[in-house]
Amino acid sequence: MERPAHHWIAALLVSIGLSTLAIPAAAQTAPKISDGRVRFGVLTDMNGPTSDLAGPGSVLAAQMAVEDFGGKVLGLPVDVVSADHQMKPDLAANTARQWFDTQQVDAILDLASSPIALAVMEIARQKNRIAFVNGAGTSRITNDACNANTVHTSWDAYSQSYSLVDAVAKQGGDSWFFITLDNAGGHGVERDGMAAVKAAGAKVVGSVRFPLNSPDFSSYVLQAQSSRAKVVALIASGTDSVNAFKAINEFGLNKTQKVVAMVTFIPEVHALGLQAAQGLILNEAFYWDADAGTRQFSERFFARFKKMPDAVHAGIYSSITHYLRAVQAGGTDEAAAVMKKMKETPVDDFYAHGGRIREDGRMVFDMRLVQVKKPAESKKPWDYYQVLATIPAEQAFQPLAKSTCPLIRKP
Amino acid sequence: MDIFGVPHQALLGQMFIGLVNGSFYAILSLGLAIIFGLLNVVNFAHGALYMLGALLTWMALNYLGINYWLALLVAPLAVGGLGMVFERTMIRHLRRLDPIYGLLLTFGMAQVLQSLASNSYGVTGLSYSPPELLRGATDVGFMRLPNYRAWVVVASMAVCLSTWYVVERTRLGAYLRAGTENPGMVQAFGINLPLIVTLTYGFGAALAAFAGVLAAPVVQVSPLMGADIVVVVFAVVVVGGMGSILGSIVTGLLLGVVEGLTRVYYPPASNVVIFAIMAVVLMFRPSGLFGTAK
Repeated sequence: MERPAHHWIAALLVSIGLSTLAIPAAAQTAPKISDGRVRFGVLTDMNGPTSDLAGPGSVLAAQMAVEDFGGKVLGLPVDVVSADHQMKPDLAANTARQWFDTQQVDAILDLASSPIALAVMEIARQKNRIAFVNGAGTSRITNDACNANTVHTSWDAYSQSYSLVDAVAKQGGDSWFFITLDNAGGHGVERDGMAAVKAAGAKVVGSVRFPLNSPDFSSYVLQAQSSRAKVVALIASGTDSVNAFKAINEFGLNKTQKVVAMVTFIPEVHALGLQAAQGLILNEAFYWDADAGTRQFSERFFARFKKMPDAVHAGIYSSITHYLRAVQAGGTDEAAAVMKKMKETPVDDFYAHGGRIREDGRMVFDMRLVQVKKPAESKKPWDYYQVLATIPAEQAFQPLAKSTCPLIRKP
Repeated sequence: MDIFGVPHQALLGQMFIGLVNGSFYAILSLGLAIIFGLLNVVNFAHGALYMLGALLTWMALNYLGINYWLALLVAPLAVGGLGMVFERTMIRHLRRLDPIYGLLLTFGMAQVLQSLASNSYGVTGLSYSPPELLRGATDVGFMRLPNYRAWVVVASMAVCLSTWYVVERTRLGAYLRAGTENPGMVQAFGINLPLIVTLTYGFGAALAAFAGVLAAPVVQVSPLMGADIVVVVFAVVVVGGMGSILGSIVTGLLLGVVEGLTRVYYPPASNVVIFAIMAVVLMFRPSGLFGTAK
């Protein structure tokens, strides 16, 4: 015989009542860590187009952060799990749900590629855990899709467009053509990029969108060439950006027009080689050879991984350290309390000096405008960039006043 | 003069680009068609063999100092040899089973090759420059034509046509074709059919590798390059007619051009246009444009 439903509901209510009564009493005596451990989940692309940018390097960065913290917080163990989302948002959402529900994961990191990030940050909100977006760039993360459980540490569409466009437009780039990846991330950067072009008084003369994993870019390059725009903005990452550059070189596009890579980062420059990538202007959140702090971390990372870390890897290290410090200071891993602590405390490490996490979840810090060196200027392996300028945090990221994030209390 | 809003010069340029991509499709689908025609194996490892050709080209230059022109010979030979080993040790044993087993086996082989490559070299891949002789571009009036791309069209056409000639017009080709039709009879005439089968698979693999060498300077040499192209090439083979030599060459070129034009008029459809054509062809001519119903 089954019990009537209201018996269950009553029992449930009683137990909820008891547990809420029990919590304040317990909090005064012992640290409040769920499941007696803190566990990070690195959800990344292990084999796909962004696996060099994020991928296994992200897992290593997470492990290094936990090791450097001593493997324990408040006397309880800290560990890292990881999974491959295969660039599929549905798979990513399922993994996140499973991690939160049954694997005692407290925070998920990396989330390379925008559709993945948007899917997982929503699960984090539902389950009241934390998502760190270290590997995706759509500005929706801290605008209309923002939530109180997400921190965005990497570049975003705004940071990759405004400052870059502004710098190039000042050098006479008054007409632009966009070659854009046809997905949420690409569209976001393109939208912000085009707005920035107009804000700088220049005009957009055309654009073309290409599907993910395009092996051949010659058709798009030819279209860019016949547009006669002074500047060609490429919004592509991973293998796509490398293949795009091959075609750009081959057709001599970079001889007649200026090419700006809006979301290209050091792994792609490494894969292309300086011969093909020289002169390119880009915007990086992290460069391994920037100062003593970045070098110290990067050389340790290199010793284990045989590749220098990029902004995603360094960002993950920074996020975990910041999270663990917040847990230690607050004595709990409850998501809202940790978020509050993380937002109160400045992020000060080799990744970000005087960075802070804003109300909308955006971590703001100084970015670096860099130019790829000529082969002759490079003195050692991975010596790729000339740092042209530091873009101060306030200029690098979208001002709060412009944000459409519903969390922001507008006066 | 504009054609549907695109200047005709730009359009000519795009059609030529399509022809270059079509050359890769042609040479790859040719190898597939030969292997399927004689061995009745749907060779899913073809993309991985193509990738291997490109990777060997890179390795030859960077580890052994072997230049592009030599690689054009060495890489297909090496991959062809590897193909023969695969045929002797694995594929051969599935000959009497349903073709689905061959497909699964070759698919598995492709995964293994691809993962080995991506474990060693990462997915962003490696850069390979065109040979000194073919660098730069020539102004041909309607576009700046990179010299290397022109060479790709010439080289792949030469290889495709000579293959077609050998299979359709020579005695060796006659043995091959007879072996497909009636293996028992051919062996009764004292022809070493198992050897011919092995050589054929090796030749198909070598063709894939040749395409890989041609592709190395054009696209980034990456472990995933084969996986990206093999599905398209299968569609080409289906449109052309499974097993039809001439069909796969002509269809490869044609679909390359169609895809190129789609990139101009409606880029979002460029990834699916070949499959849409495949669906239509299958509806009206199930054995493909050049195939004959068995």
